[in-house]
Amino acid sequence: MFLLPVSFSINADYFFLQFTIPIDNGDSVKNAEADSQRTLYPYVTGTSIVAIKYKDGVLMASDMGGSYGSTLRYKNIERMKAIGKHSLLGASGEISDFQEILRYLDELVLNDNMWDDGNSLGPKEVHNYLTRVMYNRRNKFNPLWNTLVLGGVKNGESYLGMVSMIGVSFEDNHVATGFGNHLARPILRDEWHADLSFEDGVKLLEKCMRVLLYRDRSAINKLQIAKITEEGVTVSQPYSLKTFWEFKAFNNPTAGAEGSW
Amino acid sequence: MDLNLDAPHSMGTTIIGVTYNGGVVLGADSRTSTGMYVANRASDKITQLTDNVYVCRSGSAADSQVVSDYVRYFLHQHTIQLGQPATVKVSANLIRMLAYNNKNMLQTGLIVGGWDKYEGGKIYGIPLGGTVVEQPFAIGGSGSSYLYGFFDQAWKENMTKEEAEQLVVKAVSLAIARDGASGGVVRTVIINSEGVTRNFYPGDKLQLWHEELEPQNSLLDILNAAGPEPMAI
Repeated sequence: MFLLPVSFSINADYFFLQFTIPIDNGDSVKNAEADSQRTLYPYVTGTSIVAIKYKDGVLMASDMGGSYGSTLRYKNIERMKAIGKHSLLGASGEISDFQEILRYLDELVLNDNMWDDGNSLGPKEVHNYLTRVMYNRRNKFNPLWNTLVLGGVKNGESYLGMVSMIGVSFEDNHVATGFGNHLARPILRDEWHADLSFEDGVKLLEKCMRVLLYRDRSAINKLQIAKITEEGVTVSQPYSLKTFWEFKAFNNPTAGAEGSW
Repeated sequence: MDLNLDAPHSMGTTIIGVTYNGGVVLGADSRTSTGMYVANRASDKITQLTDNVYVCRSGSAADSQVVSDYVRYFLHQHTIQLGQPATVKVSANLIRMLAYNNKNMLQTGLIVGGWDKYEGGKIYGIPLGGTVVEQPFAIGGSGSSYLYGFFDQAWKENMTKEEAEQLVVKAVSLAIARDGASGGVVRTVIINSEGVTRNFYPGDKLQLWHEELEPQNSLLDILNAAGPEPMAI
């Protein structure tokens, strides 16, 4: 059914809407036809996120593309956002679902701040919350079509985890989503080590992002790298990577060929 | 040839929204199709939400109409409660709310554009799925496929009102030339601090593109104009 707000009120600070929600009287047979929310398909998607733990915390990289099928439609989408004081969320997959997740997290952080008890949500708690949200949506066959990367530092402890659209959740020293799983993780497995400096960490991420740029059709050459340390979260300005095309073999590959290959 | 007159009314469409130094210019074609038949050749796809915010509609005609009707209704109430004109951002977020929460049923891509005293001229693109993207310019509809390259080359920041409108008219006209689902006239709406201006550019007022010929009343005019023996071997 078409979801419309039942009540609608605004005060100076926020804008509140309450939706009609189907009442579950346990009669799943009758509700099944009424419930038209089923597994959807993504429209505007973000590609890989790559993230690693390093000496002072966590580094995360993503490009700024939003693809619409095969069209590289949006080129200024920020796919990494700070959550509270201690965490950074990166997302690949459907952008509208990522925007909705940010709204859920806004509410989570707001409620956390309202306790006014000096405590604040750490990355482990945020990751756990997201895992529950993603898994429960998966159980209702109505997933949020994203793979999320959650990194953060609290009380000197670095944290890096991932949740997929089906609720698979884990922590690791280095993670990647989408194409990054196939192209970046092998590089990270070989070259990551504990206590990377900031410079080495950035270079390692850039190595991964360059490979993704060469080999992922939905990658664009405009990326950001984000850093989370005890001090807080910073997301870099957008920038582009140089690429290399001067291999001799690239120059005239069909020179000695018969036909076109 | 099957005209499929029972196909849902869809606005194939080309829609554009562009910010300039002082406001926004919204533009659209005027073709509404039912399968292969042109149900309305002079539709108005740029719809008012408030005095200062308009929306360009594409995709399903019904879906885009009903969404903009609801949002106009919500914004009317919001304006009363707020005591001043609604902002473009609020308008865009209301559209997003409906588009996102009903993503399974709706098939409409929208471009919200307007002017408010806090942020000036703003354009928000809301494609299928309900993503909101604030952009200096936005293109949408089936005709937009032919305009990505054009805008990559022709767009610049801080254009004047005249430059912006000319860019929009040129772009819609180019899309109409290549997209079968776009056609008719080019409509533009300019919104700034002074108010709203609607313009109308019928096909014969537009520049001719590749393989397009100057329209004539009749072959006879051509034959007569060419001299006494035009068909002599």
